[in-house]
Amino acid sequence: MFNYTFHWRPALQALPQMLQGTLVTLQLAILSMIIGVAFGVVLALMRQSKNPLIHFPATVWVEVARNTPALLQIYMAYFGLGQLGIRLDSFVALLIGITFNNAGYLAETFRGGLRAIPQTQTRAARSLGFGAYQAFTLIVLPQLFRVVFHPMTNQMVWAILMTSLGVVVGLNTDLTGVVQDLNVRTFRTFEYFAIAAVLYYLIAKFVTLGARLLAWRLFRY
Amino acid sequence: MIEIENVKKSFGSLTVLDGVSLSVNTGEVVSIIGGSGSGKSTLLMCINGLEAIQGGRILVDGVEVHAAGTDLNKLRQKIGIVFQQWNAFPHLTVLENVTLAPRKVLKMSRAEADAIAVRQLEHVGLGDKLKAFPGKLSGGQQQRMAIARALAMSPKYMLFDEVTSALDPQLVGEVLDTMRLLAKEGMTMIVVTHEMGFAREVSDRVAFFKSGKIHEIGSPQQIFESPQTPETRAFLNSVL
Repeated sequence: MFNYTFHWRPALQALPQMLQGTLVTLQLAILSMIIGVAFGVVLALMRQSKNPLIHFPATVWVEVARNTPALLQIYMAYFGLGQLGIRLDSFVALLIGITFNNAGYLAETFRGGLRAIPQTQTRAARSLGFGAYQAFTLIVLPQLFRVVFHPMTNQMVWAILMTSLGVVVGLNTDLTGVVQDLNVRTFRTFEYFAIAAVLYYLIAKFVTLGARLLAWRLFRY
Repeated sequence: MIEIENVKKSFGSLTVLDGVSLSVNTGEVVSIIGGSGSGKSTLLMCINGLEAIQGGRILVDGVEVHAAGTDLNKLRQKIGIVFQQWNAFPHLTVLENVTLAPRKVLKMSRAEADAIAVRQLEHVGLGDKLKAFPGKLSGGQQQRMAIARALAMSPKYMLFDEVTSALDPQLVGEVLDTMRLLAKEGMTMIVVTHEMGFAREVSDRVAFFKSGKIHEIGSPQQIFESPQTPETRAFLNSVL
């Protein structure tokens, strides 16, 4: 039916290079997630504000991040900003693109999560003398992370997979970038990308497992 | 001393407090009784500045609660409040619930805060639940924990907002016992309650609230045995 001979050996020999790429991928995903969570919380709070100067920019961010292709967001960070004279290297541009996207999705997740935490929790904290910031960080935020834990893990996996888009802005150090380079040199497309797919799968599982362990440790109530 | 002078409060067009005046001396226990929606709970929220007011003023030890320059976080440290829905912090253990404010607000060391918390929790009969999460406690235990949490800040005043209303009947007694103990120790308390027997027993004065006003105030004997107005009489007949 098809006339293709698999050559796994050269592909497997490239495994150390691919594992190097895997580390870059993981680094990108974790950074974009951490920064994305921070921005996501701020955006969710900004959207609760009654002041249009505060909630409007946040709404625009969330709307654009959620309703335009991630690919375009990454293009804008690399080529778009480049045209304005802000030249970022591919790694940074990709990180900005994915983080922008992540923060937009997470902001909506957090906004829903905040509604699940009764106002009376804040009230009880304020009545003990906590300021608004302390009441939020010590009482509301830890509960929020529990409420949104599963959607947040999903988003993390999504962020890992999105890093593969770095190839469109010339990133050649992450897993997809490394594999793409090997591919154009050898044309063993199937073998290389099959191994890459397995590695992506393993990273995703690794991260999900890590998150579960963290949850088990943190959410014992 | 808490001085409430002609306080007015409304939510939109709904007037909740319509000129309430009351002063509570140090060491005094004042109970507030009255029907639902008469403004009793709102008054407590106004005393510690959780709710704004539209008229009059409230002074706590001479500090005007709703004045622009008042440091409410500081003021609230001397006014403990316990809510109907006990509002335990579910992500913290019983001990952490009680130590968090002393540590983060009063900047005590962990050891210091732990010592105070353990003492307060033993005081309310929860000395064996330090490591438990609130979700594992009964409503009565959570409510007693909330009392210990407020007491750990060494407040000068304690406000109780229908603290037994959301409890199963068999758990009411344990919470009332805790409050009785506090009253005996000389704590200044304002108690919004539907427990008439309790109000009669521990109060120095009882205030009957109706339509956002103090309709009648007096000693427990006066209010419960010879109420002066037909409204007070009608209310007591309906609940006793």
